[in-house]
Amino acid sequence: MKNKTLPRQSWTFDEYTNSEIRRAAETGIYDIRGGGSKRKLPHFDDLLFLGASMSRYPLEGYREKCTTNVTLGTKYAKKPLELNIPITIAGMSFGALSGPAKEALGRGASAAGTSTTTGDGGMTPEERGQSKNLVYQLLPSRYGMNPKDLRKADAIEVVIGQGAKPGGGGMLLGQKIDDRVAEMRTLPKGIDQRSACRHPDWTGPDDLKIKILELREITKWKVPIFIKIAGARPYYDTALAVKAGADVVVLDGMQGGTAATQEVFIENVGQPTLACIRPAVDALQDLNSHREVQLIISGGIRNGADVAKALALGADAVSIGSAAMIAIGDNDPKWEKEYEKLGTKAGAYDDWHEGNDPAGISTQKPELMKRLDPKKAGRKLSNYLKVMSLEAQTIARACGKNSLHNLEPEDLCALTVEAAAMARVPLAGTNWIPGIKKK
Amino acid sequence: MILDLKKLKLRSVNEKLQNIDRKKNKRDFTISNPEGNHAICAGLTENIDVTIKGHVGYYCAGMNQNANIIVDGNVGTGVAENMMSGKVHVKGNASQSAGATAHGGTLIIDGDASSRCGISMKGIDIIVKGSVGHMSAFMAQSGNLVVCGDAGEALGDSLYETDIYVKGKVKSLGADCEEKKMSKKHKIKLKELLKKAGSNIKPEQFKRYGSARKLYNFNIDNVSNY
Repeated sequence: MKNKTLPRQSWTFDEYTNSEIRRAAETGIYDIRGGGSKRKLPHFDDLLFLGASMSRYPLEGYREKCTTNVTLGTKYAKKPLELNIPITIAGMSFGALSGPAKEALGRGASAAGTSTTTGDGGMTPEERGQSKNLVYQLLPSRYGMNPKDLRKADAIEVVIGQGAKPGGGGMLLGQKIDDRVAEMRTLPKGIDQRSACRHPDWTGPDDLKIKILELREITKWKVPIFIKIAGARPYYDTALAVKAGADVVVLDGMQGGTAATQEVFIENVGQPTLACIRPAVDALQDLNSHREVQLIISGGIRNGADVAKALALGADAVSIGSAAMIAIGDNDPKWEKEYEKLGTKAGAYDDWHEGNDPAGISTQKPELMKRLDPKKAGRKLSNYLKVMSLEAQTIARACGKNSLHNLEPEDLCALTVEAAAMARVPLAGTNWIPGIKKK
Repeated sequence: MILDLKKLKLRSVNEKLQNIDRKKNKRDFTISNPEGNHAICAGLTENIDVTIKGHVGYYCAGMNQNANIIVDGNVGTGVAENMMSGKVHVKGNASQSAGATAHGGTLIIDGDASSRCGISMKGIDIIVKGSVGHMSAFMAQSGNLVVCGDAGEALGDSLYETDIYVKGKVKSLGADCEEKKMSKKHKIKLKELLKKAGSNIKPEQFKRYGSARKLYNFNIDNVSNY
């Protein structure tokens, strides 16, 4: 027979879906992985800057000043966080990451003049020692939480949620609970550790306000209090965070990573980062708190253009986690053969919870940890942060702005109807913003 | 020294107690008129004695280190939360999450404690002379919870390595919590804890509960317990 139709894979039951069904049937456990959403989502790539021409006057690249610094925590704290660049390092736990990896993050952030953040495992000496500005997270589990470290922090971040898993707690599976991690978390070695999803001693914003009062009393009102929320209901969550007394709101969209959680959670709960920014800014503006309570956006920030776009939409700073890991060596193709042995490939490796990371970052195995030189890795991170800042400055100058914080929505247009609606900027070539009625 | 919260602000009172002048050697303090204020005695670090004359709000003695604090009244949510060391003695009743996540020290409650007493506790000893509410010792990791009265629903749900001793009735046990044998070692420990709280109840009158450790590593056959 000459004419034969080609084999046709179902769109619904594609190869990945079928492999997941087979895996579930064989193992009897949901798929757990690290990272953020991998599906294609409306993102900063769907926005473009207009740049300057006749109607806008550009600044001279490399010559004219374009400031990047930002102060976080200006509302209540006696000692706000002064950063040279508006790009911070997001919370990643010791336990999920190795000691050398945490040290590298501290070194890189400090060299670039920004902050890094602890995670669900307490503060390590490596990280505190190398971080000029360290944000200490208060998480529902309170693993490793103690007042001595609290007083060593330059800011405190009360974590309500993460973009990868709004409404979910953390996971650290037994393979990574070695002696040191177990001791820091007061847990038996080798167990599958599940962190609580709710704080143990408060239940809503009224309670949180009192909790924040307690934290301020313990730290003598010196340091800023951040509240980190997931991209769930950004308008209301931001408004309630302000009501609860936050100095800074950190808003993490669904591309934001996690050390480990269920794949079904990562891909099906929460909103894309792009969809979260404008509602959060609306909440701050409605409460006359925009720029008084700073907004940090995270979830899928990769380059200076993403930084500039987030700031143009109203953020004061951004935070990076996955990108910082890549900068220090995560998923590096030089380990391709080892990724293959693990049944994956460079760029796709996300079984961080198994502790076999060839790059020595998301592991507690001494032989793998040794592969990461914290000094060299820290240098790479600092280079990357500086490149991002330069890129953002390049764009800002082209838009005629002498500060990254002068970028505004008017500098942008969107490539898709979805992105135009989410970012509330006109669809390219039109003056149409979906969902906005002309007055 | 008397610190009157009607005349002084919370910050001044806590500041005073957080910065003890060792040269003056004043180590006894009384706080009058607490009037339900929150975060009283939060973040103390020195080995001092503080008596609070009246009822207090949330997070009294939060993150305490070394101080010996007596509350002559009732306490709100989260008394002695995340305490590291020292002693907190509540002469009245306690609201929810008493001793939450605390790593060390001793919390004594003469009356009842509400729900989630000892939630995520990490090494503290809690002795409640009355009863405790539901979900007490939820995800409790280490330390001891002694209940001289009854315990509410789901006691010790998702428990790790905390020992729970209850004299009265337990409405129900939470997932992975089971009754354990009371060994000689445990009786000695319990006697010591009761003595700390000034109780002469015999350890033999208590039952011990602990983790069945079936949920420590995921197993699909235990899925109904997750």
